[in-house]
Formats: sequence, structure tokens, C-alpha cells
Amino acid sequence: MLKDITIGQYFPGNSVIHRLDPRFKIIITGVFIAMLFTADNFIGLGIGMVFLLVSFLLSQIPFKLMLKSLKPIIPIIIFTSILNLFFLDGVVLFKLGFIKVTYEGLRTSAFMIIRIVALIMGSSLLTYTTSPITLTDAIERLLSPLKKLKFPVHELAMMMTIALRFIPTLIEETDKIMSAQKARGADMESGSLLQRAKALTPILIPLFVSAFRRAEELALAMECRCYQGGDGRTRLRQLHSTGTDFFALGISIVFFDIIILMNCFLG
Amino acid sequence: MQEKIITAQNVEFHYDNEYEDAPVKQVLKGVSLDIEKGSFTAILGHNGSGKSTIAKHFNAILLPCGGKVYVEGIDTADEEKLFDIRQHVGMVFQNPDNQIVATIVEEDVAFALENLGVAPDEMRERVDDALKSVGMYEYREHSPHQLSGGQKQRVAIAGIIAMRPDCIVLDEPTAMLDPKGRREVLKTIRRLNRDYGITIVLITHYMDEAAQADRIVVMDGGTIIMDDVPKEVFSNVETMKKIGLDVPQVTELMYLMGEAGLPSDTHIIDEDECVEALLELLK
Repeated sequence: MLKDITIGQYFPGNSVIHRLDPRFKIIITGVFIAMLFTADNFIGLGIGMVFLLVSFLLSQIPFKLMLKSLKPIIPIIIFTSILNLFFLDGVVLFKLGFIKVTYEGLRTSAFMIIRIVALIMGSSLLTYTTSPITLTDAIERLLSPLKKLKFPVHELAMMMTIALRFIPTLIEETDKIMSAQKARGADMESGSLLQRAKALTPILIPLFVSAFRRAEELALAMECRCYQGGDGRTRLRQLHSTGTDFFALGISIVFFDIIILMNCFLG
Repeated sequence: MQEKIITAQNVEFHYDNEYEDAPVKQVLKGVSLDIEKGSFTAILGHNGSGKSTIAKHFNAILLPCGGKVYVEGIDTADEEKLFDIRQHVGMVFQNPDNQIVATIVEEDVAFALENLGVAPDEMRERVDDALKSVGMYEYREHSPHQLSGGQKQRVAIAGIIAMRPDCIVLDEPTAMLDPKGRREVLKTIRRLNRDYGITIVLITHYMDEAAQADRIVVMDGGTIIMDDVPKEVFSNVETMKKIGLDVPQVTELMYLMGEAGLPSDTHIIDEDECVEALLELLK
């Protein structure tokens, strides 16, 4: 049952976006997020959306998948738009009892919805087109200058890799423990929320114990393979940036500049 | 006289006790053992016989409390040579799941090489060679959780092979596997020994696996009680039974026939020989 889940939401493909250097993809996503937050009028936001749409079309990700990524944030969208819609002061458009809708409220909530949707879509595009392992790799390399400030970059990346590696293993194990406890008559599907939460104890305790045991063995196996931290390490997979990467980054910066200009002239 | 790769001299070992007044349990009581280059040695023993403990001394995971262990002439207590020792003697553990570090097979095989700072081009070559030698090259881009137990264990072995060690110590590598996985792993081990000349030390409690080695060391209660070729070791059926170990089924058959007063030979350890002996008897 739990076995079928996939880690992350990587959608394998071979589009231009997929082939971009992951380091550049992360930076471009950053620039895109900056665009969304700099834009203070609809034209600026529109330009940001054009940028998103073009990259989305280039990535060949099915539109359905994109919509799926928006699903978990629907409550947040509704919540923020209601807050903005009803509680902002300004020119009253219409009034119904104690509820009033203002022009400013309408404008801000529309603005917020577009901004949040674009934000989620943009970052999903990154995770859809980059596998988790490549992403970890890229983060390690992007953060590597922080090593000089004694920030544990390699350790962080190693932790992420091991976490990714052990998610399926631990899920499988949880599945096994659950079956074992059910076979002994554990009831996990009925009762109040509190009872059900309590019923999780006999699953979590064995899971933790085995996770610690695994960690110890893994540490031993890593030691046997001469692991000594990040110093002097080389990598099998090398990241190469090509002309396309610089071109893509250039384009996104041009878009960013246009949005800033829009702010100056229209704001 | 063959060249020795590992020499253990009178090794003693005990774990430190958490409580001071508890009696110290001696796990190894003076074990001396030489492993010859290119050999295939099996270490047999019951739980708590100290077989895994001595194996952990072979690549300096544990250091002896008394006595010495030398790997290619290097004292394992020499901390500066730790990584040299571990490159000479690799170790494979019981549970393949807990040995694989990376999320992609080839990245995992490259792990040791990345740690050692091998250049990427050479790394590529060594990873490919290692994967081919265990027959897992086609799976190089798979994620470990898509593989069977036997395949995972072969990946773990490849991760060690990539370091190009002279010797591999395998600590019950088949204990968690199904019969098919066990066969796969054992075939791989034998091929590495025969075709690549890698010294193998196999810790096991499966008699049929031990029977395939050139030499069997039987341990019990922290000491070596037998050290000989498989035929000789298994012919001591009574001694083996006394320390809670079995002998291969065919040897047991021969032993029981002997007890029943029939002419038999307990030096027989494989099925073909047994069939021949029985045919001879029926003539």
C-alpha cells in the first residue's frame, strides 16, 4: 500500500528545462520568486506569468500535473483572499449587513491569488523537472561558498541524501510493523482522534528503535568505505553549465528588469 | 609458503562494561590466525562464538585489547594508516539496506571513491568495472529500493570492489536473503575469488556456504577449535554437533550410515560424491 509512493514529484523527461544545469534552475527560480514579489502592479505580474508560461510550455509537463500541485494550497488561497476581500478599508463597492467589499480589497485579493499560484507553480516546475538527488547535489554546490563561514554544507547535503535514500526503506518497515501489530489485534482504524493517535505508539516505538539500529550500521558501513566528511571529496557526477544555462539566466534577468521598470513607470 | 594478507596474533577482546562491578565478558580469548593472499576462508561458528568480532578486527573497526592484528604488515592500531587498511580490506555486512548510502546504484558504488578523492574519469571506469564484476551493470541507474535483496547485497559488494581491495570480509552476507539471493551472492563471491584473485573471508553459519571455501575455521566461545580444509572439518561430525553446528546433509547421511554399521566415508561433502558412494555401495 505505502510502497507505491514516489519521493518528491520528479517527472522524468528530456526537455530543455530538464536538461538545464540544476544550479541555474535553482537561481532562476529564485529570480522568478523575486519577480513576483517586486511586481506591484498587474502588468508586472502579467509579465511574470508570461515568463512562467513560456518555461512551463518548454518543460512539456502535463497541465494536469501542474494543477495537482496547486491542490494542497487551495485552503491558503481561500483564506488569504477572504481576509483581503472583506477586511481592507477603502472605497466601498457594495455592502451587505456588516460585510463590505472594497475596491482595494478586491484588487489585493486578486493580486495575492495570482502571486501565490505563480509562486507554487514556479517552484513545482523546479521539482518536476529536477530529480531529488540532482537537486541535493546542486544545493550542495550552490551553498559551498558558505563553507568558509563554517556552515556544514556537505553534512547538510549528506543528511538530505540519506533521508531520501531511507524514506522508502522506512515506509516499507512501517508497513510491516503495522501488519504485525494488526495481527496481534491492534486497532488503528476506529475510535476518537486521540485514541487513534495513541494507537500509533506501538508502531512508532519499534520504528524508532530500528531506525537507530540502521543508523549505527550505516555509520559503520560508511566508515568501512573511508568516509571522512566533506574534505577532499570528489564527485562521480559533474555538473556542467552550458551556453543555454547562461542564456536562460540572462532571459530571466531581462524579465526581472522589465518588471522593475514597470514598477517605476506605472507604480 | 604463501604470502599472508592478514595476521592475527593472540588477539584478545572484550567490550567495556557499562556497570563497573559486572564481570567482563571475554569475547575473544587469544585468537591467532593467518589469512593467505588469494584464499577463500570461511569462519564458522554459533552465535556468540566471536566470529563477527574477529572479522571486525580485520579492518580496524575494532582494535584488539590484547595481541596484534596486521594487515599487509600494517598494525591495525596505527591510526594514521586507518584508511590504507580499509582500502586493503573491505567489509560487507549482513543487511544490504543499511549499507547503501546513495539513492542511485552507481552513486552508491562511487561512494568510497568519492571519499578517497579519486578523479571523476577514473571513478567512472572503476564504478563500471565494479558493477560489471558483480553483474549489476544494467541496474546502474536504478534506485536501491527497486532491487531484490540479493541484488542489493551485490551492489554493496560492488561498493567495496570499487576501492580495489585485496581482501573482502563478508559478515553473514546472506543471512537476510532468500535462497535465490543467497545463491546469487555466493556465486558472485566465488567469482571474485577465482577470476579476480580477491582474498575472501566469509563469516557464515550456513554449512553449504562454508563447504565451498578452501579452508574452514571453526570458532566457539572465543577460540579457534578447528582449522582445516572443509572435508576434514566436516568429518568431525561429533565435535561439530557438540558446539551446536551442523554438517552438510550428505556428510550427515554418511555419518548415520557409519553409525548403522555400513561402510561410509564422512569426508564426503558434496552431493555428486555422495551419489557415487551410494551407487558403489549398492553394486
